[in-house]
Formats: sequence, structure tokens, C-alpha cells
Amino acid sequence: MQWKKSLKQLAGALALFAGTALSTAPVAAEELGYPEKEELTFGFIKLTDMAPIAIAYEKGFFEDEGLYVTIEAQANWKVLLDGVIDGRLDGAHMLAGQPIAATMGFGTKADIITPFSMDLNGNGITVSNDIWEQMKANIPKQPDGKPVHPIKADALKPVVEKYKADGKPFNMGMVFPVSTHNYELRYWLAAGGIHPGYYAPHKGDISGQLEADALLSVTPPPQMPATLEAGTIYGYCVGEPWNQQAVFKDIGVPVVTDYEIWKDNPEKVFGITREFAEKYPNTTVRLTRALIRAAMWLDENNNANRPEAVKILSQSNYVGADYEVIANSMTGTFEYEKGDKREVPDFNVFFRYNATYPYYSDAIWYLTQMRRWGQIPEDKSDDWYKDLASKVYRPDIYEAAAKSLIAEKLAKPEQFPDFATEDGFRDPQTHFIDGIVYNGHEPNAYIEKFPIGLKSGQKL
Amino acid sequence: MTATTLATEKLTGIRLPRLDSRFLGSAIKYVALPLAGILVFLLLWSVTAQRIDTSLGKFPGPAAVAEQFDALYQEHQRSREKERAFYERQEVRNAERVAKDPDYVPKIRAYTGKETFIDQIVTSLVTVLSGFLLAVVIAIPLGIAVGLSPALNSAVNPIIQVFKPVSPLAWLPLVTMVVSALYTTPDPVVAKSFLNSLITVTLCCLWPMVINTAVGVAGIDRDLVNVSKVLRLPALKHVQKIVLPAAVPMIFTGMRLSLGVAWMVLIAAEMLAQNPGLGKFVWDEFQNGSSDSLARIMAAVLVIGAIGFLLDRGMLALQKLVSWDKGISQ
Repeated sequence: MQWKKSLKQLAGALALFAGTALSTAPVAAEELGYPEKEELTFGFIKLTDMAPIAIAYEKGFFEDEGLYVTIEAQANWKVLLDGVIDGRLDGAHMLAGQPIAATMGFGTKADIITPFSMDLNGNGITVSNDIWEQMKANIPKQPDGKPVHPIKADALKPVVEKYKADGKPFNMGMVFPVSTHNYELRYWLAAGGIHPGYYAPHKGDISGQLEADALLSVTPPPQMPATLEAGTIYGYCVGEPWNQQAVFKDIGVPVVTDYEIWKDNPEKVFGITREFAEKYPNTTVRLTRALIRAAMWLDENNNANRPEAVKILSQSNYVGADYEVIANSMTGTFEYEKGDKREVPDFNVFFRYNATYPYYSDAIWYLTQMRRWGQIPEDKSDDWYKDLASKVYRPDIYEAAAKSLIAEKLAKPEQFPDFATEDGFRDPQTHFIDGIVYNGHEPNAYIEKFPIGLKSGQKL
Repeated sequence: MTATTLATEKLTGIRLPRLDSRFLGSAIKYVALPLAGILVFLLLWSVTAQRIDTSLGKFPGPAAVAEQFDALYQEHQRSREKERAFYERQEVRNAERVAKDPDYVPKIRAYTGKETFIDQIVTSLVTVLSGFLLAVVIAIPLGIAVGLSPALNSAVNPIIQVFKPVSPLAWLPLVTMVVSALYTTPDPVVAKSFLNSLITVTLCCLWPMVINTAVGVAGIDRDLVNVSKVLRLPALKHVQKIVLPAAVPMIFTGMRLSLGVAWMVLIAAEMLAQNPGLGKFVWDEFQNGSSDSLARIMAAVLVIGAIGFLLDRGMLALQKLVSWDKGISQ
């Protein structure tokens, strides 16, 4: 009869409805959807620490996520940042300070976020042969005649004083006004009593050379050895392989690595625009997954894969420098003076020590240094620092990627921080070259601790 | 012996060269002397290179460069292999996805790897020929008009003289800005770097063609012009039947000059505009600073020279084809 048929249809419909409802009920980890945008273009600068991007491509980690990535070298950091902002690049290997500065409005204003920290350490400060000869006299020696490390800028101070007395400007190079190298070089110089100069953006002066003993200016990384050789600069702070390149070609001597200035400091991040992350959430999580897998591969089995990584990086479309030059730092040694090779096993860290987690405290450190040198012209409250950091650094995306990798058995929970208790701040850090302790929860108190640098209440 | 020579010609239709002093003379002129010149150059290059020590290693000699040619070819082969593997993987992945999600429309994406040296040569050739053709289309009509009308000549001449010496590197930033502003489609057919290089090439190689065409047209024989007047030829017919054939030698001279200039300008423009051609190859190698870099740059220099030479010869062959005066040799 008619009503029996309708009842059957109704029952069938209900059953179907119940079935779909149950199957889409939230499970422990939500199934990650397909990427919305599959063809991506990533930019990078020719530095050893672009490795996670190269490895993710060459080892097929991007393709595993359904992403077809074209990787393009960029001419310099400005072109790279502009490329991400105007959409020519979907994402890029960026200096840790770039997303922060862009969101803050120092330089071009744009909302850039980062869900992934690419590595720790990896930089060095190199001086020309001439300057090294003058510095050597001021450095204490070990019993075997080699200089005692870490070499502090105290040894450089008499040289800078001499140049000042002679009326010659003491020029040094760094990579970008908001680069880690700039802040590390300034930190090292200031710890030795050399003033690296202030910025005064509110007055229109962004040269960073106000009241400076040493004049810092921008040079793209691959051109640094050439500029040092030409005598335009007397020293520079840059990432590898450009310090080892200088030693290999007999142009200069690396004197200190940033590992010695600040042990396990954050270095590069992977930057994307906030619009990209909002428009393509699955794509963002998937590319983070691929990068995490690449980072894990790089540090696997106590760096067993590093030689293969170096071979990939020495291809001309990636870093292009000679295998031997890149291999040094990637395989745990660093050559200072020619012939003085020392063990620095953690010179490049890609995954150990939670290197890939984007900690708020890392972002805040950069902000404190920006305030110290005047790029942030006036005082801000501790909360301002924390708010800005949480806008730019996105551990939530990192967490989603990591958890989905764990669910698919591609990673183990022990390899990541405990997401349930992690608040995004590292413990107070003590291994700085000048011994000052950094606690990310108290940025203003930290800024007060420095003999050289703007203090609270100071405005140029 | 005369008898044998004649016999072979009858049998085979091929005329064997007579081994007399005339043959020997031309053999020396066209084969032995150039060969000797090249060998002496290679020797000098090799000796000098050994003495120059740059911070990137010894200046590359012929052996190092030959090695790099081989390396570049090997890289090209390997890249093609990877490309094949890439497409295979893509097919597999698309098939898997369609099996899981029947609504998915599979798409074949272009290979994402970097272009090889051979690809870059092709890109450079395409760019230079496109830029040159655009220049031809603008310059030759303009040159004919200027040549035919002394008034137009006086009017346009200052502008030509002022723009002729401008270097491509000065045009490039302007061209880049204009292209960025005007070419804003979300789905570009050609890359902006290609357009930038193309337009810069056109702007620089325009001028020799205009000048030579104008001179060629203005200088045709008065008698020919009188014939045209007597026959009362309409303007277009005058140009087609009288002016063009008479001016062809000068026009082609202009075109050959322009093509030479275009090729030189292209390499510079590519370095800055980052068009993926030979200019970019040289720039990238320089940036890399590896110990192979100088040898690779030298290899690129030789290829650039060889292509320039071939382009010129090609133009000459075209000129012979079109010209009524088949006696032209150089």
C-alpha cells in the first residue's frame, strides 16, 4: 500500500542520513583535505639553510602532499619579500625578522605569517685578512698557539678605534636591515664596546648609522666575498656558505659563529602571507608537513643524510657553491683561520632542539633588538610585543601539521614539543656571548640590561 | 690528366677539382689559414689562462671549457630523465586520486624543474628573433617614409640621433615599470621578463635599420625615379616596384647590423630582466661562485659568439635570396 512504500522511503532516507552523520562525526584527528592550490612557487636566497625547501622538492615530500612546486632563486631579500607580498611567490625562505618587520610596518607593510622555523644557527662573522692580522694581537692564545674561542669583539675594538683616529670609516656588511645577521653583528659588536649605530625611522633616517663606531650597510649574500675582496667593507655577517667561501678563496677569516654569540638561535623562517593561509588552509598545512619531513630527514640519524643534502645544494639551481665549501658547516666542522678547523656539530640545526617550532619568544627577541637599535622608535608595553608575536608566528598551523604527521605514522610524538603544555615561549636562555639572560616574557626588562642600546624612555 | 678528368665528369656528373695552383691557393685561403689561426689562438689562450689566478681558481683554458660543455650536456640529459619521471609520477598520482574522488578533474602540470642550458639557448633565440621582428615591422616602413620625404627626414632625424646611442641597460628599468603597470592579466601567456627583454631589444636595434633604410631609399638612382614619374606609378606601386628592389642592399645591411646589435643587447637585458636565457645563465653562474663557474661562463661566451655568427650568416643568405644583385658576397 501507499503508506508502506512512503514509510520504507522515509526509513531509507533516515538510515542514509544517520549513516552520513555518523561517518562525518569528528574522529581523533580530522582528515586533512586535498590542497586547494596545487601549483606553487617558492622563492629562496642562495644560502645553505634553504635546504629544507630543496630537500622537500628533491625527495618528493611536496609531491606526496599533492603540491607541484617551482623553486626560484631570488636576487636579494628585498625582491624576495616584494615577490611574496605581491603574489608572484606563494611563499619563501625568509629572515626571521622579515615577517615581523613587514607586519609592524618597518619597510613595506604587509601581513606576513610563518608556520615553520627553518633552522637554528648557521651564520658567521668574517673579517678581511688585513683586519684579522690586526685583531690577532689582542686575542688570548691557547697553549697550542691557536686563538681562544669564542672571539669577542673586544679584540676588534682597538682596531676600530685606530680607524676612527685616522678618520677612516669602518664599514661592515650585513644582509638586510631586519635580518638576523644585522642583529647578531650588532649584538657582538656592542658586547665588545663598539657602537653599531642607531636607526631613526620617525625622522626618516633608516641608514642605521647614527652615532656609530662601525658603519653597517646592506650587501646581498653571494656578493659579500667579492665586496670584501674589493675593500669596500672590512667584515660582514652572513649565512653559510659565504664565510667558508672567504676562507677557501683566501679573502678573509671567519672570527665567530652565531652559535657562539647566541647558542641555538632561530635563523630563517618560511614566510607566507596571511591571505594565503586564510584562503588555502589545507595547502598551508600540507606545505608545512612537507617542510617538517624535510627537516627531519636533514637531521636524521645524527646528520647521516647531510652529505647527500650537500650534493643537492651544490647544484647550480640551488646554492651552486662548491661541494667542499658547503660540506664543512653542514657536516659539523667550521674552518676559522686557514687550517684552524674546529668541531661545531650544531652549526646547522634543522630539526633537533625543536628547531622547527615557531616560538613566540624568538619573535619577541627580534622585536627587543629592533627597539634596542631604534627601528621601533618608542617604548612599547610587554603586551604589545606579545600581541605582535602571536600575529606573526603561527604555532597553531605547525601543530596541525605535526599532529597529522603523527596520525599518519610519519613522525613520532616525542620528536615534537608537548602540544598540550607548550605556551610558545622557550625557557629563559642563558648562552649569550655576553652572559645576559633572555626571558621572553619580559621584553622591556631585557632591553634595560644592555650597556649599549636605547633604553626605555629614550627616543632619538 | 685532362682525358681522365673529362671522363669522370661524363660518368658521374661531378667535376673533380683540378689539383693545380689555383685549387691549392683557395684551399690555403679558406681552410688551412683559418685553421692555423684558431690553433694559435687556442695555444695563446691556454698559456695565458695558466698564468691568471682569480679568487675562483685558475682562469679556464680550452680544456676546462670543453669539460664544461660536456657537463652541461650531461645535466641536460639528466634533466630530461627527471622530467620523464616527473610526468610518470604525475600520471600515477592523478589516477590514484581519480579512483578515490571521481569528481576530481586531473590536470597535467608542466615540469617544475629548472631549464637546462639547451633550453636557455632556445629561449634566447626566441626572444631575440621576436624582438628583431618587432623592430623590422616598425623600422622598415618608418625608414621608407623618412627616405622618400626630405621633410619627414628633417623632422624625425633629431629624435633618431638622440635615441640611437642609448644603452639597453638604461631602457630596462623604464620598460620594466611600464610592462608591470600595463600587463596585469592574472593568467599571463608570456612572462613579464620575456616582454621586458623583447621590448628592450626592439628599442635598441630599431635605429640602424631606420637609418640604413632611409639612406638606401633616398639614394636610389634618379633615372629610376624618373621612370616612375613618366609611367605615373601610384605611390604604393612606386614603393613596391622601384624603391624596395633598389634599396634592398642597404635595407639588408641595416638588418644585419640590427641583428648583431639585438643579440648583444639581449644578453645584457636578460641578465637584468632575469629572462631564462643565456644572459641569466651567465649571471647565475657568476652569483654561484663555484670553481666551475668561470669555465661555464666561458662556454656560454663561446656559444653566444657562435650563435651571433650563425645569425649573421643566416641574414646574409636571406639577403642573397631576396636581392636582384646575386653578385653580393660579403
